[in-house]
Amino acid sequence: MKNKKSATLEQAVGRIQDGATLLVGGFGQPGVPEILIDGVCDLRRRDLTIVTNNAGTGHSGIARLIEEGCVSRLICSFPWAKESFVFKELYDAGKIELEIVPQGTLAERMRTAGAGLGGFLTPTGVGTDLADGKKTMTVDGKDYVLEKPLRGDFALIKAYQTDPRGNLIYRKTARNFNPIMAMASDFTIVEVQEDVPIDALDPEIIVTPGVFVDTYYVTGWYEIGKERNA
Amino acid sequence: MSEQTNLLTRQQIAARAAQDMEDGWLVNLGIGMPTMIPAFIPKDRDVMFHSENGLIGMGPPPAEGEADQDLISAGKELVTMISGGSYVHHTDSFAIARGGRLDCAVLGAFQVAVNGDLCNWRLPNQTSGSVGGAMDIAAGSKRVFAMMSHTARDGAAKIVAERTYPLTAMQVVTKIYTDMAVISVTPDGLILNEVAPGLTADEVQAVTDAPLNMDDVGTINVAA
Repeated sequence: MKNKKSATLEQAVGRIQDGATLLVGGFGQPGVPEILIDGVCDLRRRDLTIVTNNAGTGHSGIARLIEEGCVSRLICSFPWAKESFVFKELYDAGKIELEIVPQGTLAERMRTAGAGLGGFLTPTGVGTDLADGKKTMTVDGKDYVLEKPLRGDFALIKAYQTDPRGNLIYRKTARNFNPIMAMASDFTIVEVQEDVPIDALDPEIIVTPGVFVDTYYVTGWYEIGKERNA
Repeated sequence: MSEQTNLLTRQQIAARAAQDMEDGWLVNLGIGMPTMIPAFIPKDRDVMFHSENGLIGMGPPPAEGEADQDLISAGKELVTMISGGSYVHHTDSFAIARGGRLDCAVLGAFQVAVNGDLCNWRLPNQTSGSVGGAMDIAAGSKRVFAMMSHTARDGAAKIVAERTYPLTAMQVVTKIYTDMAVISVTPDGLILNEVAPGLTADEVQAVTDAPLNMDDVGTINVAA
């Protein structure tokens, strides 16, 4: 049986190249794969497109990736928060592009990509600025915006437990976008708090089947949102 | 001027909106003032709160020493879960929102128009805004209630005949709770239901840029 474990952080993230599109899990700080992001920072990758909900908090996680100049484009739903000051500074300096996507549309665009579909029709955003330039359709008398799939070259996600096959469960609101992003990339990298033996996870409660996981790296528990790049 | 002394506090607006959360409802609360509502829900009423980051059955902030770093609200505050709650991932969370499972969303607003148009995600002078889940939730919830100050800081009316701010969702707001009044948004126009104690209907009309039906106006009960 193939074991998907990466022994080192570099082994987990090493194949990420300049210019790649990365789907990065998390809402606020829970579920952000901070250790994997640190690994990408250490590789000094450039020109990355990051798809994630928020624009980073403080100086850790996504904020560190932005601060170190790795990101040229951000696709997210909630960029303007006081804790996302690092993003604001680079955006104001014209060093990073921004695409704003409604949160449910962001999630569904990735799910659609993962499910092999060509798009979907949503009532979200009809008549608004965020539907500008998009096709609208009327189905049974109701108006919808056509939204296209959003796929990543890589997904960087965080889970609570994995078995050797990469079957995953999550913790509380750290689940958020992670299971969706796992489906929507060509290569899904998981940072996981702990790994357990095969058959230790009840198949009835597995949220992400290992089929969506390419490799995982075990981090242990850590306090989220702390700066570790000393 | 009565406005200085007779405006409701944020807590009083939240308490008034809480009275209208019905038994059995699943409710989503926008960032800011709406998050004060749960504390005012009558104890005998079973109202569940949905937080779009994947929490059904959001409870109050954790007691000292019981916070869990993985359990937050959509406003990124540490919270708890009530008995009988569940966690979902993001597409299920937004299926709940767009799929008509939210009985009500109470959202902040910059502007509400007579036709129910909601504007709450971006100011006109900004080139960009933080939309978050506002558009999905406003478009999909069975009811959308707006909760806001009656006028902007510069005194401009926020309840208007036609919106001038960037749109969040078309024709969705059915009720407005402000520091001056409770107003229903109906196909026949705005109905002034209640005014804050000490205010008159005419005083509310004077700072509202659309005609209010004032046939049956009560007083907001702030004792509750």
